[in-house]
Amino acid sequence: MSAPAFIPKNRYRRRRDYFRCFCWIAAVIIILLLGLIIDEIFTKALPAIRHFGWHFLTSSEWRPNRDLYGVLPMLFGTAVSSFLALLLALPLGLAVALFLSENFLPRPLRQLMRMIVEMLAATPSVVYGLWGIFTLVPLVQHYGEIVVHHCGWIPFLHGPAYGNSLLTASLVLALMVLPTIAAISRASLVAIPETLREGAYALGATRWETITRVLLPYAAPGIVAASILAFGRAMGETMAVAMLIGNSQRLTLSIFSPSNTLSALLANQFSEAEGLQINALMYAAFILILLTLGTNIIGELVLRRTQRALGGGS
Amino acid sequence: MMIPHSNPPHHFFSNHEKKTSFLRLWSNQLLTTLCVLFSFFTLVPLFSLLYLLIHKGLPLLHFSVFTKLPPPPGLHGGGFGNAIIGTITMVGIATLLSAPVGILGAIYISEYAPHSSLTATVRFIAKLLTGIPSIICGAFAFALVVLHTGQFSALAGGAALSILMLPTILLTSEQALMGVPSSYRDASYGLGATPFQTIWRIVLPEALPAMMMGMMLAVARAAGETAPVLFTALFSQQWASSIMEPTASLSVLIYNFSALPYHYQVQMAWTASLVLVAMVTGTNILAQLLFRRKFQ
Repeated sequence: MSAPAFIPKNRYRRRRDYFRCFCWIAAVIIILLLGLIIDEIFTKALPAIRHFGWHFLTSSEWRPNRDLYGVLPMLFGTAVSSFLALLLALPLGLAVALFLSENFLPRPLRQLMRMIVEMLAATPSVVYGLWGIFTLVPLVQHYGEIVVHHCGWIPFLHGPAYGNSLLTASLVLALMVLPTIAAISRASLVAIPETLREGAYALGATRWETITRVLLPYAAPGIVAASILAFGRAMGETMAVAMLIGNSQRLTLSIFSPSNTLSALLANQFSEAEGLQINALMYAAFILILLTLGTNIIGELVLRRTQRALGGGS
Repeated sequence: MMIPHSNPPHHFFSNHEKKTSFLRLWSNQLLTTLCVLFSFFTLVPLFSLLYLLIHKGLPLLHFSVFTKLPPPPGLHGGGFGNAIIGTITMVGIATLLSAPVGILGAIYISEYAPHSSLTATVRFIAKLLTGIPSIICGAFAFALVVLHTGQFSALAGGAALSILMLPTILLTSEQALMGVPSSYRDASYGLGATPFQTIWRIVLPEALPAMMMGMMLAVARAAGETAPVLFTALFSQQWASSIMEPTASLSVLIYNFSALPYHYQVQMAWTASLVLVAMVTGTNILAQLLFRRKFQ
């Protein structure tokens, strides 16, 4: 809070400060914008909401030629792909966060690591998708067949194995949310008072005893917030998923089979949609916005509490 | 400092054996190795990506790809000049729409009313807006612009991108303004300047480099986005003559060409990716080089 506590008010009592009005309008626009987005999408979704009601969420038929729409497979695909991505990205992201905040290796190497994570974050989604088509799809196809052959009896692992599958999408999603997890976790690890670490060392703890019993518990809320925000990001991620998940409109419970997510559905169908299909897609967009907004609100609130507990440091 | 002098502290770390046990040191080493290995494991995809970008993208990278139109499916030759122009146009429109609102909003929340409840709300909403999926921005611009004008256009694409850029610009500008020492403001007010004079002549010049950096980062991010322009600007095989017609963009070109069964088009998608990544990374690096010195 570097702004002065005291702004001489009498000055602009005398002469109206138009600049302040402009700034106020800009600030209010930002608040209204979120409402406008939700309202606009809700209005366009309304015919579909009236027509299908809750049945939209529980039906797994998506047939534009017969005007039958249901998003159960996409809801399932969104939830499972984001969850798997989080599961894969959390250990890696945490490792990167520790790597960046501890002094395992000399500073230049850490700087390099930081640059690389920033590059991962800056790479466009569509480029990840292209990369996935060439590397992940054959990889998942090949190893998927082996896994299905040996462990096909385990739920969610049954075959046949496809290259464009739920797992492929989850792998690329994991890569894309990793920078989010690493950055927020690192921020909460760096914000830990140095005295705690010194205290643990003074009591004879090894480095990893300090990390696992002092630092990580202390940073846990921040890491939880990072995971929640990363989950929200994974749910909304579109292009790479649309290019890799196989875009099947059917509900299948194996991670090796093609699936679909809400965002990939929008990406694939919007440009050619007409009539009720537009409304149905807007309904899907409305569900997606509620899901991501809810996740982000929870994440931000957890993060805020963490920062308050740490005395505003981040 | 009071030090209890009765007994040595019995903490869960204290070890009653004489020396630190082998197991503890061993597990310490193991975990360190694991952590470093995990971290380096994240390098594998990035290097694979960079290798493929150069290996597959470079062969078709001639000067002509910047000046020619995309080849029809199945045919060879051509380039993606219209897509580069389209991307730049749409990012330009998005910047024009979002930068004034973002910067003025940042000035309000950091200079005029840093502690009001409106400011807290704006900050929270801006954070939520950064988490809005980019495809939602596309759906919103589709509903607002495409359905009303009855046409896919660069304007709709730019509007979608501006929603994506707005919260980033607002939050980075706010950080930039907060980086200006409050003694500058106090001195300005002390000399009798009005709030407007203080902001315009003292605070803004000081915060400008950091603000520009935030803006360039937002531009770089928007240039790489596909989902918002996919069904707002659509795509075009032709040079655009106005902002009210379907417009090509690099990212949509990559998406469309990657799904085609022709080897040449897929190669062109890689070349376009190389150009796009170079543009995005170049903007990022340029922002850091130009404006980092004054910031932090």
